[in-house]
Amino acid sequence: MPTDRLKRLSGHGGGPDDQNRLRRPWITVARLNNAMQIASLDDAAAALGLEPGLPLANARAISLELVVHDADPAADAELLNAIADWCDRFTPLVALDAPHGLLLDITGCAHLFGGEKALMQAACAGLARQGFIVSAGIASTAVCARALARVQHGRIVATGDEARAIAPLPVFALGGDEAVTRGLRRAGLKTIGDVAARAPQEITARFGADFTSLLRQALGQQDAPISPRKPLPDYVAEKRFAEPIASNDAIIPVLHALVATLAGAMETNGKGARRFEVGFFRTDGVVRLLAVNTAQPVTRPEAIIRLFRERLESLADPLDPGFGFDLVRMCASVTETMEEVQHDLDRNVHDSAEVSALIDRIAARLGGRRVVVHLTHGSHIPERAVIEAPAQHYLAEAMRAEWPARIAAEPPRRPLRLLERPEPLQVIAQVPDGPPVRFQWRRAMHVVVRAEGPERIAMEWWQHEAHCPTRDYFRVEDEAGLRFWLYRDGLYERETAQPHWYMHGMFA
Amino acid sequence: MTGARTTMLATLRGAIGRLEAGLSPRPRAALGHAEVDAALQGGLACGAIHEVFAEAGRQTAAATGFVAAVARRVMRRRPLLWVRQDFAALETGGLSMSGLAELGLDPRAVIVVRAADAAAALRVAGDALACDALGAMVMETWGEVRALDLVASRRLTLAAQQGGVTGLLLRLSAQPAASTAETRWLVRAAPSPPQPDWLPWGAPVFDVELVRNRHGLTGRWIMEWNSNECLFREPAAHPQPVAAAIADRPAETPVRPWRRAG
Repeated sequence: MPTDRLKRLSGHGGGPDDQNRLRRPWITVARLNNAMQIASLDDAAAALGLEPGLPLANARAISLELVVHDADPAADAELLNAIADWCDRFTPLVALDAPHGLLLDITGCAHLFGGEKALMQAACAGLARQGFIVSAGIASTAVCARALARVQHGRIVATGDEARAIAPLPVFALGGDEAVTRGLRRAGLKTIGDVAARAPQEITARFGADFTSLLRQALGQQDAPISPRKPLPDYVAEKRFAEPIASNDAIIPVLHALVATLAGAMETNGKGARRFEVGFFRTDGVVRLLAVNTAQPVTRPEAIIRLFRERLESLADPLDPGFGFDLVRMCASVTETMEEVQHDLDRNVHDSAEVSALIDRIAARLGGRRVVVHLTHGSHIPERAVIEAPAQHYLAEAMRAEWPARIAAEPPRRPLRLLERPEPLQVIAQVPDGPPVRFQWRRAMHVVVRAEGPERIAMEWWQHEAHCPTRDYFRVEDEAGLRFWLYRDGLYERETAQPHWYMHGMFA
Repeated sequence: MTGARTTMLATLRGAIGRLEAGLSPRPRAALGHAEVDAALQGGLACGAIHEVFAEAGRQTAAATGFVAAVARRVMRRRPLLWVRQDFAALETGGLSMSGLAELGLDPRAVIVVRAADAAAALRVAGDALACDALGAMVMETWGEVRALDLVASRRLTLAAQQGGVTGLLLRLSAQPAASTAETRWLVRAAPSPPQPDWLPWGAPVFDVELVRNRHGLTGRWIMEWNSNECLFREPAAHPQPVAAAIADRPAETPVRPWRRAG
């Protein structure tokens, strides 16, 4: 797959030179044990007798034609994820089989594509069109299918037939780790059939219980579920197009139809969903996913469509149809039972629903973290006393939060505007702990007319900041009536010889 | 339908609209300061746009306090949506919920939207004004906002009228420009009145200039915000108690003319 990725990147030219270049053997190399070694290679390179782990110098000695690139496991993983996105069109259960494989659970999906064989052909043809060399297999367990795919392309094994089909395959196809495979070879067990013929307790004693269970799965005696990349959505609706839709104008009507289908299904079950995800599958294999979240479960199609409109409009890089979308799929997840509420009689219910709808719309456009409510946090350090939380999820909690009551007839004790990071000041103040007399902040001199303090706030020594000094906060007013909140960082002579002063906020 | 009937219907609709508008005048929220309320003809109009300008960067806290106090007067136990531009928070500090609570606002009723730029803030503001479940909307922007021209201002005013939500535009470090706002204020911090020794200062005091008022007079006043009653008032002339006037007898014995008796 890494060489396929590189060929896809460089194969756009299509001229005769490019064609020749593509036909040469391609390898990727990585530095291992202080030597450049082959990490992966394509069929042409394999035909020359190269294999992974061979030093690059040796490979160059074998062939001068080699096209060599650096291995990039991160890009490979990204590509595998993109291919998995594309495979979502066949089944919602797609699992990554790192580094270069995918497992698809097609139970109950095959008939939609005209049977298992047709499905496999469609998948392989689609991937081959995108420039990948595919090897596939279908069996009743994931391990068995993987073993088949590693050795032969296109085998379909019926349930109950696994042991016979897999017996002639070499042991590396099982996918046990390196040491196990080498150990099996040394013991003279070359094929899976040889291994299966031994008594299970011998195998377990020599290679461990994990390998025995792998073997049982390969033989179809035991099954383990694959771990899909995404949780299964609760409701799915999709639309396939024989003729790909290539204009953005056509997208909204499609979304309307999908939302109507989903909403109908959910309404029948009395459910509403809080997360909607729509996937646009482009004909060239690119998949674009968009999601909207809501604070309250919704079923109303207009509300959902409105959120998607906001989301589409706010995209930094617009949805590019390219050669057109041939499949649009919408999923609804995080479903909850809807409680039907009488709106008109209870004004409050109506209000809170409207506010959360507004929050949803803004969040769809700007992102959920930009609409926030505030929760109290048990800390007396000013910048930590209040925490922001996304309004979509914490609105109800914020409404219940307990805020400290203000002391009646007392001037404000906390500033209205709090600087995100306190700014250093130049201050003239009485030592050791008197209030400031004058100070310079942002290149302006302020003469203090009134001052009150100190309010001493010690840092939380039980956290990891024992070194942070105590702060003495002062409320001061200057000649112009501007009011500030500033503090001296550290107790004079006890914690520091030369305390620094900081501006932390402004009062109204 | 013939053209004449259409015109007739339109005329009637317009007439009914005018009648209804006249019958139910927009509610007004009294601020508590007698002279200001008189100039505003009873109070600040709800369901309209009001602009508050801060003179320079350093007056932002005072302007924020004034806006918060006015929002407290108009929101009537409903949520307050505070839309702010990221740059404003960077430049002059974020809005502190503890500070709002000290001014008498309930932090539980405040939802803050952090918009990346002024254009995004403006769009959110338009949406928020149309949502009649909100009590008030504050949009805080920094510097001149090119997107906020006369057309945008008109759009906000219409949205506020239809939704009934009061919109307060806090324009930090900006110059007033043509707009359809109901009122426009210029806010500075005012020095505290003389206080007893044990208090550094009292309630927040604002030097407020009403520079534009569509339906009334303009003027300049010193307003003090009382966080307990959540009302503006005139700063007290004597913050310390003075000796009460004597109640049981007149201060001066009236001089009575002598009269001959007997």
